[in-house]
Amino acid sequence: MDDALNARAMEPRQTPLHPAHVRADAKLVPFAGFWMPVQYGSLLEEHQAVRERAGLFDVSHMGEIVLTGPRALAAIQRLATNDLAACAVGQAMYAAVCNERGGIVDDVVVYRRAADDFLVCVNAANRAKDLAWFAKHVPEAAPRDEGDDWAQLALQGPRASAILARLTRVDLAAIGTYHFRDGEVAGKPCIVARTGYTGEDGFELFCRPDDALALWDALLTAGAPDGLVPCGLGARDTLRTEVRYCLYGNDIDEGTTPLEAGLGWIVKLGKPGGFLGSEALARQKAEGVSRKLVGFTLTDRGIPRHGYPVLLDGRKVSEVRSGTMSPTLKIPIGLCYLPADRAAVGQPFAIEIRGRPVPAKVVPTPFYKRPSV
Amino acid sequence: MASYPEELKYTKDHEWARASGSRVTVGITEHAQEQLGEVVYVELPKVGETVTKGEPFGVVESTKAVSELFSPVSGKVVEVNDPLTDSPATINEDPYEEGWMIQVEATQPGDLEDLMNAKAYVEFIEEEAE
Repeated sequence: MDDALNARAMEPRQTPLHPAHVRADAKLVPFAGFWMPVQYGSLLEEHQAVRERAGLFDVSHMGEIVLTGPRALAAIQRLATNDLAACAVGQAMYAAVCNERGGIVDDVVVYRRAADDFLVCVNAANRAKDLAWFAKHVPEAAPRDEGDDWAQLALQGPRASAILARLTRVDLAAIGTYHFRDGEVAGKPCIVARTGYTGEDGFELFCRPDDALALWDALLTAGAPDGLVPCGLGARDTLRTEVRYCLYGNDIDEGTTPLEAGLGWIVKLGKPGGFLGSEALARQKAEGVSRKLVGFTLTDRGIPRHGYPVLLDGRKVSEVRSGTMSPTLKIPIGLCYLPADRAAVGQPFAIEIRGRPVPAKVVPTPFYKRPSV
Repeated sequence: MASYPEELKYTKDHEWARASGSRVTVGITEHAQEQLGEVVYVELPKVGETVTKGEPFGVVESTKAVSELFSPVSGKVVEVNDPLTDSPATINEDPYEEGWMIQVEATQPGDLEDLMNAKAYVEFIEEEAE
């Protein structure tokens, strides 16, 4: 391949909402092979808008892999750690896809669209890897890559439901958390799912790429009186960190298991027939994990960042996986792995910041929990 | 529109220096704060510490980025803008006045001579952008 072709292959792709981002003068960065908005104006204001009002995210970079047909249920059961037999039609389930060692290949949300139809929403960076993994392990279900057939918009925040209600006849009150329906929003056919990655109430709308711009504009217009603003990946990251949602590639990866990451609740070891990684995970559960992903704060000034050394008794034991200054709580927060016998709330340790150990301690997570209504 | 006061001197690391006799006040430029985004954390030296021209004297951080601060002069820190610790966003709002960071009693009077004037600095950041 010549250099010009290489350069073209490397150039990030644009989501269907790219013109809207350019128009809004968003700061665009290459992320998982796409030009993605990191922020439109103020990251902190975008974060606050989602906590207090509503924010609209372009998450079209996410991948979709579809399993349909008589072998679809068995296939997804083989791939996913969660029990999709217990997932009703119209319901979604968070799950991990693990390798034989129990390491996390990806974390996914599975939408059951019919008894024999599963749409698996996968991380953007893992689209090709997951498709190859699915094709290798469940070829009989003929996994189909629909990544380019869907755009995805996330409307998140306490005002999300009221805003969306202005644009749809779908009975939103009838859609519970982690449930979805097909319906029209602003005249565009969508999957309307009550899911998200911010810790707030909200919806993710899967639509046709050609409809995405019109839907984006309609939502922003309808939500303007409520203070709806477009939000970038920057706020998405601080929002998810505050509620301790794992980010693939940071907090979890093929070298970590869901049990170590505190995701035991999506691991259904009792599921008939087991699943990829179930033996390794059953063994790990019986023996007890040797390390745990914990939330921490610093007890002195500083901001923990991905990759900073984690010191226990003055010795490096791991690295910070996620870390930021919490925009809502205004305190430094982070996630890291600690030895399981030293991972209890209150455990003191240190984060090395620019060569200096800064005292830290394990705190309960989520760091932030939305006020109950 | 970004502004670059004529009376200041500028470094390639995007600090500014304002000399008044041997006292030099130091901060970061409009361009620097724009690039960094909203500052949420600042770490500055204490009064009495020494700083060295071209060496780090502190850190500013936005939610997404960490940026070291490099001293445009050598000398002893005689004043620190401590309120920035609690309101680091001042650096975004008013980088040349309220957002100043440290004042140094310079020991090398010639330190500022090789820094850029406003015109040269504007050309420098335009070149950097290309």
